[in-house]
Amino acid sequence: MTTAEAGYDLVLVGTSWGGLAVLRALVTALPLSLCMAVVLVQHRHRDSDHLLRTLLQEGTELPVEEIEDKMALEQGRIYVAPPNYHTLIEPGHFSLSTEAPVRHSRPSIDVTFHSAADSYGARTVGVVLTGANDDGSDGLRRIVERGGLALVQDPATAESPTMPAAAIRAVPEARVMPLRDLVNFVASLPAGTPAREGR
Amino acid sequence: MAVPVTKLAPDHGRGLGYETDLERIEIELLLEGVYRHYGFDFRSYAYASIRRRLLKRTEAEGLRNISELHARILHDTDAMELLLLDLSVNVTAMFRDPSFYREFRAQVIPLLRTYPFIRIWHAGCSTGEEVFSMAVLLEEEGLYDRTRIYATDINDMVLQRARQGIFPLDRMQEYTENYIRAGGTRSFSEYYTAKYDGALFAPTLSRNIVFSQHNLVTDRSFSEFHVIFCRNVLIYFDKALQNRVHRLFYDSLVMFGVMALGSKESLKFSQFESSYEKISATEKLYRKTH
Repeated sequence: MTTAEAGYDLVLVGTSWGGLAVLRALVTALPLSLCMAVVLVQHRHRDSDHLLRTLLQEGTELPVEEIEDKMALEQGRIYVAPPNYHTLIEPGHFSLSTEAPVRHSRPSIDVTFHSAADSYGARTVGVVLTGANDDGSDGLRRIVERGGLALVQDPATAESPTMPAAAIRAVPEARVMPLRDLVNFVASLPAGTPAREGR
Repeated sequence: MAVPVTKLAPDHGRGLGYETDLERIEIELLLEGVYRHYGFDFRSYAYASIRRRLLKRTEAEGLRNISELHARILHDTDAMELLLLDLSVNVTAMFRDPSFYREFRAQVIPLLRTYPFIRIWHAGCSTGEEVFSMAVLLEEEGLYDRTRIYATDINDMVLQRARQGIFPLDRMQEYTENYIRAGGTRSFSEYYTAKYDGALFAPTLSRNIVFSQHNLVTDRSFSEFHVIFCRNVLIYFDKALQNRVHRLFYDSLVMFGVMALGSKESLKFSQFESSYEKISATEKLYRKTH
């Protein structure tokens, strides 16, 4: 079982400070034929409304949805983690939690990455973009341990380099790219195929 | 057409996740042990979240794996108490999600005015902050004297705290802001007396609240209600258990009774969507229609 030929079902993106611009660039680049689910975890204020979803939707014709508890994970869709909840990924759907913030963050990127790695293993891609803390590093480590792929924005091209730099330290095997290359790389990732269904 | 990612066969049992598969066995055995020995049934809780909390407890106890935690909690009731605290998430606040209370005033209060007597069930009330918030709101709307609020939780420890009506003084500033944004019409400080580091809420506020232990997983309905609140409780249950509890709520609501869920919860993913109509575009307020 190798990861490269298997393709991917799930792309998880974590970011905090400076995240809106990079997320806009990413969703705009995603092809309409996208065969994966894309989950965006952006740190934001607990009372923030649907503005992030709206702004991202303006950049793409793919559906962008704010996650609700037990919502199904479907390919060709972009999901935004809601503020003030942790987003956990179970096989086939999301679960939300109001457990305590993890290292001051709720949503915590680590919590989402960990649960995705444990549910989808090698078919998971973790992406860490600009941010001013080290959330995401630990979860990205877990994704790689379970055979998934790690991508990190080149800190030199990040509005806030702390988060990508921490991710590179924690996951030396991560592929590091400037934003434009990284966006194109994600857009051209091979998707998992239904042919691999069954146990 | 959208293809569910679940159809692409998640990783369990495919050999890749050996550690995780073994861990799943350990977790299921532990939950079975807890149920059979202590009677608490967490077997149908959302897996990713319960797993996370069990691993945290394992680490905090200085143990190597879930099986070691299993042995400890079966033989050491203190360790079990700690685990119970971890497994019951008790995050709450007065007038949490102020926009919900504003919408409740606008959409639900007019319905409640038509009843001579109002019964409300607050399921999963934790330490009572949101129950007292509703008492304040009903008082201000002039409906509290004909209301009884039945506030229940699985955890007797949090109910004991709820009955006291004392909340941390250092959160009153936040609660006051919530109260104002929730459409409060008085001065919030009228409702409590500062005492040491606690804010004691006026005993008159709790005159129509009945706190009692109730387990949504195993207990049955105990009355018919005009409103049921269950906010951010069902998110910890798996889909099958959610449906069972929605059945319980459906059976416990009068016709045209109101169901209130948390802001990121939805009836859309349950079997009861067609039994209700949405009565708010922004908040999760539903009315039983058939």
